[in-house]
Amino acid sequence: MAKEVIKVANLEKYYQKRHVLHEINFSIHEGEVVTLLGPSGSGKSTLIRCLNGLEPYQKGDVIFNGEKVVPTEKNWQQIRQKIGMVFQSYDLFPNLTVLENILLGPVKVQHQSREEAKVNAERLLAQVGLQDYENVYPRQLSGGQKQRIAIVRALALKPELMLFDEVTASLDPEMVRGVLNIISNLAQDSNMTMIVVTHEMNFAQQIADRVLFLEDGHILEQTKGDQFFKQPQTDRAKAFLESMDF
Amino acid sequence: MGSWQIIQQSLPLFEKGFVLTLWLSFVGIIGSIIVGLICSLLKYFQVPVLGRLAAIYVEISRNTPLLVQLFFLYYAFPVFGFKLNAEMCGIVGLIFLGGSYMSEGFNGGFDGVSKTQVETGKAIGLSRLQLARYVVFPQGFTLSVPALAANIIFLIKETSIFTVIAIPELTNTALDLIGMYYRSNEYLFMLVIGYAIILIPLSIILTILEKRVRYGTFGN
Repeated sequence: MAKEVIKVANLEKYYQKRHVLHEINFSIHEGEVVTLLGPSGSGKSTLIRCLNGLEPYQKGDVIFNGEKVVPTEKNWQQIRQKIGMVFQSYDLFPNLTVLENILLGPVKVQHQSREEAKVNAERLLAQVGLQDYENVYPRQLSGGQKQRIAIVRALALKPELMLFDEVTASLDPEMVRGVLNIISNLAQDSNMTMIVVTHEMNFAQQIADRVLFLEDGHILEQTKGDQFFKQPQTDRAKAFLESMDF
Repeated sequence: MGSWQIIQQSLPLFEKGFVLTLWLSFVGIIGSIIVGLICSLLKYFQVPVLGRLAAIYVEISRNTPLLVQLFFLYYAFPVFGFKLNAEMCGIVGLIFLGGSYMSEGFNGGFDGVSKTQVETGKAIGLSRLQLARYVVFPQGFTLSVPALAANIIFLIKETSIFTVIAIPELTNTALDLIGMYYRSNEYLFMLVIGYAIILIPLSIILTILEKRVRYGTFGN
């Protein structure tokens, strides 16, 4: 059995009095691709953001690489270097060039040598087809290009786990394919462990080893990817899939 | 005496007042920016005690008129044994007032950096200090430029209040002359021109600067 990269045990999250995540339990092993599916407002993004400490949680534990995370900002800061995250809004730093965006983490946070980090950055840029964009500023890029750079920026830290939070939700339809292909390649060629929140059902079906289906902050089912799409166990998931029309 | 003669004769006095207004404004603005920056950094990093003190200072300073602040410095402070000459009172007063305005200007800029930018920075493992240095401050400073520019103009105009503690700057010069010679039309005209010479070119320059940081610095 591959090693357990991340495990969530009895996690509970509240926004003030509102209970948004209920008794969340799951674990993910090395190389596994898990997609988080569920209707809007079901808590997918909140859950994924708890995994690298961007959202505090009130009960339960996140166990990363076998070690329980003591949720202080300092600890999270260490762990985030090993968990790459890509957001819907890409959020490249507009004050830095593409290359500087990518090098910031490796050089300033991980203290890699600039040369070494640059070689790695250029390799990654080439993989996403943007090798000529090193010295360009983000505002000169299209949405799809920005999101590809954001993925590279996260990968540059050589993470052990990648979190994708609706990364194609704000892209033009024709840009979506390119970004999704990069994520698929990452799963297949690099055997990256990842958790993907998405509304692209075809894509989810194609890459998911396992699906976590959330509603109202509960995990309603955890099913193997192909099985979830063919025979969801719960009626709610069935209704959800039918409504998605893919 | 004709108007033209009046104007010509008073020109040297106005020149002096003009230079003094410029000088006091310059020192006051530089001081305000320094004080403002320090206060906003204390607030941003939530420094214990000092951050609170900075917040209290900002509230006191913003919510009292410069006129009252100057009276305090000029008339009340000597009672406690601090005696400053009029010009020092003016500069200290302007910095006391301007520091809070500049602080709010910087804070506005830092707050204007989107939450998602901050989260993305955290997500790549940046520490609080690194986040400030590479993400929040570079963007925040450019966002605060319009507010700072408005404050600069505002503070220059506020120097006219120095007249109440008899600093011979532009306004004081004009009011003095009017008091002596009763030629208000001419002297007020010169007063307006004096401020216009400083403020119009300055606001044009600042507007250009604002446009440049808005469209220029980051790419293109």
